Amino acid sequence: MIDDPEGQALFEAEARQLTESLEAGLLALRSATGDRALIDGVFRDLHTLKGTGGMFGHAALAAFLHDFETAFEAVRDGSLEVSGPLIELSLKAHDHVLSLLAGGSPEPGEQLLADLGALRRAGTAAAEGAAPRRIRIRFAPDTLSLGGVPGIVLDGLRELGATAIRPLIGDLPPPAALDPAELHIAWEAELPAGIGDAELAEVFLFHEEALEILADPAPGAAQPPAEETGAAPPSAAEAAAGPPRPRDGAMMRVSAERLDEMMDRVGELVIAEARLADLAARSGDPQLVAVAEEIQRLATGMRDTTMSIRMTPIASIIGRFRRLVHDLSQALGKEIELRVEGEETELDKTVIEMLADPIMHLMRNAADHGLESAEERRAMGKPGTGTITVRAQYSGAEVLISLIDDGRGLDAARIRARGIERGLIGPEEELAQGDLLKLILEPGFSTAAQVTELSGRGVGMDVVKRTIEQLRGSIEISSEPGHGAAIHLRLPLTLAIIDGLLVEVAGERYTIPLAAVEHIIELPAEKAEAGAAPQLLNIRGKLVPFLRLRQLFRSDGAAGPHQKVVVVMSGELRVGLTVDQIIGSSQTVIKQLSPLHATQKTFSGATILGDGTVALILDVPQLVAFGQAREEREAA
Amino acid sequence: MQKTILVVDDSPSVRRMVSMTLKGAGFAVVEADDGRAALAAAERSLPDIIITDQNMPNLDGIGFIKAFRALPQSAGVPVIFLSTETEDAIKAQARAVGAIGWMTKPFNDEKLLSVVKRVAG
Repeated sequence: MIDDPEGQALFEAEARQLTESLEAGLLALRSATGDRALIDGVFRDLHTLKGTGGMFGHAALAAFLHDFETAFEAVRDGSLEVSGPLIELSLKAHDHVLSLLAGGSPEPGEQLLADLGALRRAGTAAAEGAAPRRIRIRFAPDTLSLGGVPGIVLDGLRELGATAIRPLIGDLPPPAALDPAELHIAWEAELPAGIGDAELAEVFLFHEEALEILADPAPGAAQPPAEETGAAPPSAAEAAAGPPRPRDGAMMRVSAERLDEMMDRVGELVIAEARLADLAARSGDPQLVAVAEEIQRLATGMRDTTMSIRMTPIASIIGRFRRLVHDLSQALGKEIELRVEGEETELDKTVIEMLADPIMHLMRNAADHGLESAEERRAMGKPGTGTITVRAQYSGAEVLISLIDDGRGLDAARIRARGIERGLIGPEEELAQGDLLKLILEPGFSTAAQVTELSGRGVGMDVVKRTIEQLRGSIEISSEPGHGAAIHLRLPLTLAIIDGLLVEVAGERYTIPLAAVEHIIELPAEKAEAGAAPQLLNIRGKLVPFLRLRQLFRSDGAAGPHQKVVVVMSGELRVGLTVDQIIGSSQTVIKQLSPLHATQKTFSGATILGDGTVALILDVPQLVAFGQAREEREAA
Repeated sequence: MQKTILVVDDSPSVRRMVSMTLKGAGFAVVEADDGRAALAAAERSLPDIIITDQNMPNLDGIGFIKAFRALPQSAGVPVIFLSTETEDAIKAQARAVGAIGWMTKPFNDEKLLSVVKRVAG
């Protein structure tokens, strides 16, 4: 590295300029894919960045950019077409370059290069009508001591245009048995179509036995590495440097499909285990009961481990938000800063994936409608740069994701007027502030006149609502005129298995998600009679409305003398549910209800009990909302 | 740094041709006319690469390499056979005692140089 502070500063300024120009060029290319001048510009920026980066000691940067430069060279000479995926990838590469310049880890670049390789191969394969070949290179362990130089073979392969060269270290013996003179690393690579056997033999001179031609990959299907284990655990310094981020060290990549399959199997296991527990309890055989308990313990552990495997930090989708905010900032001509809090918060991977689009939509809305222009903001005494904050935090068995902007806030009067105009509320109807704001989530609230180029694309607010509901979550909206708006998404940690409280109502069994249960009390005798009003309970000095599930489910017959009230919570609100009996807690594997029943609002799913019968799962947020609404009606 | 190649062959003309080719490409060359002499030369001063014939008096190529590989300092020194032998069994044997590659005589200078350069890194 050249020790020249002034030169470094110059380089940094130049790099900033180049990356900006690069990004602008890429974004412009999106709509003008054939524009020669733009292509040349992008290539020049990449080339210059690579060259100066290498000169100023940014070897990782230069190495990373090399392949992208080559790709755009191919674009320039017409052998590769500018496609959406190529631009997307290049934009990500641009982000990675910024991260590298800021001293970030070069690691994410590997995936980008692999993706680029796949893209280019797909391009050339399509052009030549042939698929690339995958090869594995596995040298004999004594190759090094015999004077073999594996690097020469790998270099030779690179010269042939091989890409995605990836070491496989699955054969590495444990450190104690490791002989540093022995080679246990194999490699895999992809060769462009059209490389002849003679050329390969030339590269593998004296190492023919190391070459293994693998099955041709399915066209278009990027094969995820089955296994990738790294050697070193993160050092203490790295661990202290930020949130614990999984590194390649001792990590394994597993296809999401297999995880889903595993989750299904664990679900079946939990159901079978419940049957066993049921049978054991009935048999009265203490040995059988002991085994059943042991299996229950193991199944619970298995469930927890499997679910923890599926947990993904929110950070995994934050990158997309940064790009979006960047793009929005440019497109709208507003200065926008994105703040992220709690990005280490983990959620089930399915939840995370489904969340990305709704959150991005909310961001577009916030940037487009919420944040004012810099002049407007300054006139109001606010900083010219608007801030959008994404905050994630745990809240019981739920995760609360808040999207907060410091813009003008939601205009309650306008929302009300629009709601009446659209027939969503009656002209006389009075709504609580929160409910009024929620009208913006209703289908048909947004009108074409309001749709701008940015926020009008993709999903609408009603889709946001639907997605969150699908995830068994809820949305709350708050706003302070002039100071900003906040949208809170409350989501369950996981979708698949929950701890449930099994209750009985009129001879039927139902499950209440245990995480939502606050406490259980006996229903006071004076409230036991159906119809006794008001349907409120004084619980620790607070009035809590309660719902008679018998009534709600329209069951005939009278309840027994000792009804219980299960107090459940959703957000800050509580409601009591009267039940005949508490049966106990049980692990509940959630099965979705059929689409025919998707519109009912009392049950969120069903589960199969140990004896094979089905119990419906109560939808707590919906019941709480229902109970609170009824109370407000009665109070009014 | 200049690399030293030990050239082992009982035929002076072959030795001379190989040496000239290698020297012309900037390598230093040490010659030996049989396995025993080669082993002594290698023990005296470790070469960077060895190019050896198979059929030689006193100690043949395979015997030489076997003895050479028994020296602890031999690790990492590539050995290339340059021989008229084409039998796979002998090539396999050569590989087993620690040769990295096999070239068949007759050879041309270009081919020899490209191989040596590749092996030399």
